[in-house]
Amino acid sequence: MALATRTERQPSLTRSFWGSTVGKKTVMAVSGLIMLMYLVAHMLGNLKIFFGSGEFNAYAHWLRTMGEPLLHYEWALWAVRVMLLAAVVLHGVAAYQLSRRDIAARPSKYVHKRRRASYATRTMRWGGIILALFIVWHLLDLTTLTVNENAQPGRPYENVVATFSTWYGNVIYLVAMLAVGLHVRHGFWSAAQTLGVGNARRDRILKTVANGLALVLTAGFVSVPVAVMTGVVG
Amino acid sequence: MRLTLRVWRQRNAEEPGAMVTYDVDGISEDMSFLEMLDTLNEKLILSGDEPVAFDHDCREGICGACGVVINGDAHGPERTTTCQLHMRHFEDGDTVDVEPWRAGAFPVVKDLVVDRSAFDRIIGAGGYISVPTGAAPEAHATPVPKADADFAFEHAECIGCGACVAACPNGSAMLFTSAKVNHLNVLPQGAPERETRVLDMVSAMDEEGFGGCTLAGECATACPKGIPLPSIAAMNKEWLRATRKASRR
Ligand code: HEM
Ligand code: FES
Repeated sequence: MALATRTERQPSLTRSFWGSTVGKKTVMAVSGLIMLMYLVAHMLGNLKIFFGSGEFNAYAHWLRTMGEPLLHYEWALWAVRVMLLAAVVLHGVAAYQLSRRDIAARPSKYVHKRRRASYATRTMRWGGIILALFIVWHLLDLTTLTVNENAQPGRPYENVVATFSTWYGNVIYLVAMLAVGLHVRHGFWSAAQTLGVGNARRDRILKTVANGLALVLTAGFVSVPVAVMTGVVG
Repeated sequence: MRLTLRVWRQRNAEEPGAMVTYDVDGISEDMSFLEMLDTLNEKLILSGDEPVAFDHDCREGICGACGVVINGDAHGPERTTTCQLHMRHFEDGDTVDVEPWRAGAFPVVKDLVVDRSAFDRIIGAGGYISVPTGAAPEAHATPVPKADADFAFEHAECIGCGACVAACPNGSAMLFTSAKVNHLNVLPQGAPERETRVLDMVSAMDEEGFGGCTLAGECATACPKGIPLPSIAAMNKEWLRATRKASRR
């Protein structure tokens, strides 16, 4: 049998992990999945709007008192916010660095053009940029209320209705939610490949779950502006 | 049959290249694509022009030397090597574009010839097993389960042609590297170097300037040997396993 002739490798583990394309993709996959879990919870929470102002606003208040009396007011909420911020930053920085590298690795184009890969795959970069911009807008709109005219602190139901009473509010949210669907469609399946859980046998089920998640998330999120536009919620 | 060829001509690595149009007559549909290029070159030589440089060796689909991009597809419209692609897959009067592999890590040497030595350096980083030399060992000394043998063989089919890199929108060598890693890592003969192999080969791949994988799947579609896309997931699994082990040392 063979002799082991291991080379000693010394660079720090974090350095070599982040420095590797496979390691960086792993960071993207894990941060993406964290954001995805949050999105599912967020979407389900949003649906409470269909039970009226009282219930929705009480739910929003509970998000701040979560974990009490063990935790102080808003501590749990801030813990989630810090984790999400870390996930968004890591995901975005890794995406930027990998994309730079990928573009540099293909300096000259083919003269004979041909459409490559699926729409969801081709739009990961632009879709990601749209989502990053949307996250900023969304926080200014419904968290800090900076860009939301007629908004009142502590009355999220009324603020949501105010957002979806403007045409640009509707356009921004609808576009962003379609982008989320596409991003999740390729992203969830990709994350499975990156984390090494994908294989030929599981491929169909992973693709089905990816499509299902994408569809449910987009439909669930979109139902709120549509409900306001049609007067179901108001 | 008669074809209009548009071929990438580039004198050397430094000078810029361009597509040049040639009319090629007298093509038989039983010719291979390389024989069709030979026909063009005979004509060019007779008229005192420089023949088109392209790589080839075995002409039977096993050496991996002959890759060119035909009408935007690595190795052309069929899932095979360029030497095994027959002209019957084209129509009389077609215009056919022939370009070299495009990737930063595969610089053009001349015309359709690219430098693929980056692959050799990836192999050099771990695509081997260390064995004491001597007589061939007894075949039953190291049993290999059938499923593992099949998995190893599927990946051993890779001929290192580079079609995966040429087809990838990121110029990534993940499919090639995964074929080589999976082939050896699943076998008992490859076990002593299982962790260093995947770590070293992936880092050699990165150092050569190949792009990362975005799972577009173009590589597996282009591969003349049918190395499947899940091979990449299998290599990622090996890489994560090796990294976990290294972190415990
Ligand atoms: C800050 C905004 C975002 C940007 C700029 C962004 C960008 C990207 C890009 C460019 C990719 C392809 C990665 C590559 O080059 O290999 C990607 C993959 C991915 N994204 Fe995002 N994205 C963003 C937000 C999100 C959100 C909100 C989610 C949550 C659902 C998400 C989940 C994923 C997943 C799961 C992947 C696959 C990772 C993998 O292939 O292993 N992303 N993202
Ligand atoms: S010339 Fe050897 S594979 Fe085509």
